Amino acid sequence: MQDFGAAFVEAFALIVNFDAQLAEIIGLSLRVTLSAVVIACVIGLPLGALLAVTRFPGRGLVVAVISGLMGLPPVVVGLGVYLLLSSAGPLGVLQLLYTPTAMIIAQAILVTPIVAALTRQVIDDLHIEYDELLRSLGSSRMETVATLLWDARYSLLTAALAGLGRAFAEVGAVMIVGGNINHVTRVMTTAIALETSKGALALALGLGIILVCLSVLINAGLMGLRRTAERMAYA
Amino acid sequence: MPEVLAMDFAEEIETEPAIVLEDLVFARGGRRLVDRLSMTLGPAGVTALMGPNGAGKSLTLRLIAGLIEPDRGQVRFAGGDPAPQEMALVFQKPVLLRRSVRANLDHALKTYGVPRRERAGRLAELLALGQLESLAERPARVLSGGEQQRVAMVRALVAGPRYLLLDEPTVSLDPQATAAIEALVSRAVADGARVILVTHDRGQAQRLADDIRFLHKGRLVEAASAARFFRAPQSAEARAYLAGELLL
Repeated sequence: MQDFGAAFVEAFALIVNFDAQLAEIIGLSLRVTLSAVVIACVIGLPLGALLAVTRFPGRGLVVAVISGLMGLPPVVVGLGVYLLLSSAGPLGVLQLLYTPTAMIIAQAILVTPIVAALTRQVIDDLHIEYDELLRSLGSSRMETVATLLWDARYSLLTAALAGLGRAFAEVGAVMIVGGNINHVTRVMTTAIALETSKGALALALGLGIILVCLSVLINAGLMGLRRTAERMAYA
Repeated sequence: MPEVLAMDFAEEIETEPAIVLEDLVFARGGRRLVDRLSMTLGPAGVTALMGPNGAGKSLTLRLIAGLIEPDRGQVRFAGGDPAPQEMALVFQKPVLLRRSVRANLDHALKTYGVPRRERAGRLAELLALGQLESLAERPARVLSGGEQQRVAMVRALVAGPRYLLLDEPTVSLDPQATAAIEALVSRAVADGARVILVTHDRGQAQRLADDIRFLHKGRLVEAASAARFFRAPQSAEARAYLAGELLL
């Protein structure tokens, strides 16, 4: 217990002193995670909205597959991206393996189905309400999608938040495609795993505390933004 | 079930029909909700669709608007199918976007392809038309029911529609809000819109409508000028309806 106590003290010291190594890892984590979530939103928001407003044979299957992909095992995604990006793989020529870009790709693949599936649910509900109005106005399919996405923007923050949570907590895929290389691809989750296995609990704890705080802060901030905006303007 | 077409009205509408409904059938769950409905609507004025609940009035309006497809029959318009901006629909419960009043009107203008440089001026005119200037920046969905319906009415008038379809637009509004909506309808008629109004409000039909189509169980039972319909309804169903009796 004394060791744990000392580790906590050291962890707080690292945070308070804004340790350079700690800052570097946090910075890369934020860069990778936020990039992946942005990419996932760029793909998942319109994809989910299109699925909500279109009817085609096999739509139910597509919806079921995307919903199922919300639970994609990260290590499987990591393995898939690894095989794609390895020098023998089809995209090996790009030499992206063990780079932050590879980690962003892997996380984007994990997060996109979450954003798309949640977006479909949100837009489905709104579409029922707006359908006759938008059709009577003669809105094209793309105009309908744009209108629904804009009007559901605060509700869709929830989809982005779910994706962000998944990306922040993810370790398996980024470990495989990033390699956890110091100063290159080491992010908070992989660093925590490594430092814990080495018995270096101070850095692991410091990173863990920051990871939890960042996650809570970003979630609370976005939820607060959503509630305030809805209450003040667009109930 | 006998269909009654008052002669004075029949002669009038035979001249130049704007909308022709031919043998429309719309069924769901094995039941015909609109049953072999045929009618001809003249080129101008206000037609009120009246009838008890479940008569098929709102469905007929949606069939005319093209929002639902009939199982049989067709709707024909003089000069061919209208462009979206030529036909506007106002719903019983106003459907407003989660935006300000101004943004709701702007969305309609934008959807109709009005260039950005022309929209600001047009928006000012529309806000004035609906006396909505003081509400322009307010979120549309937090307005009162009457204000929301006024926004929906003005939005329907955005492009000066040839056909204005109104589905019980004042059903839950107070007399002042109702008067404001009716004033906008009258203004649209003066501007040349052909109005089809679904209403249960006898007073409103008498104030606004030139002619009445009385539906019962998805079928046209009586068509007459408004004056004649309220003075001397020809069908037993219309007489019972106007007497406040339950129609089964």
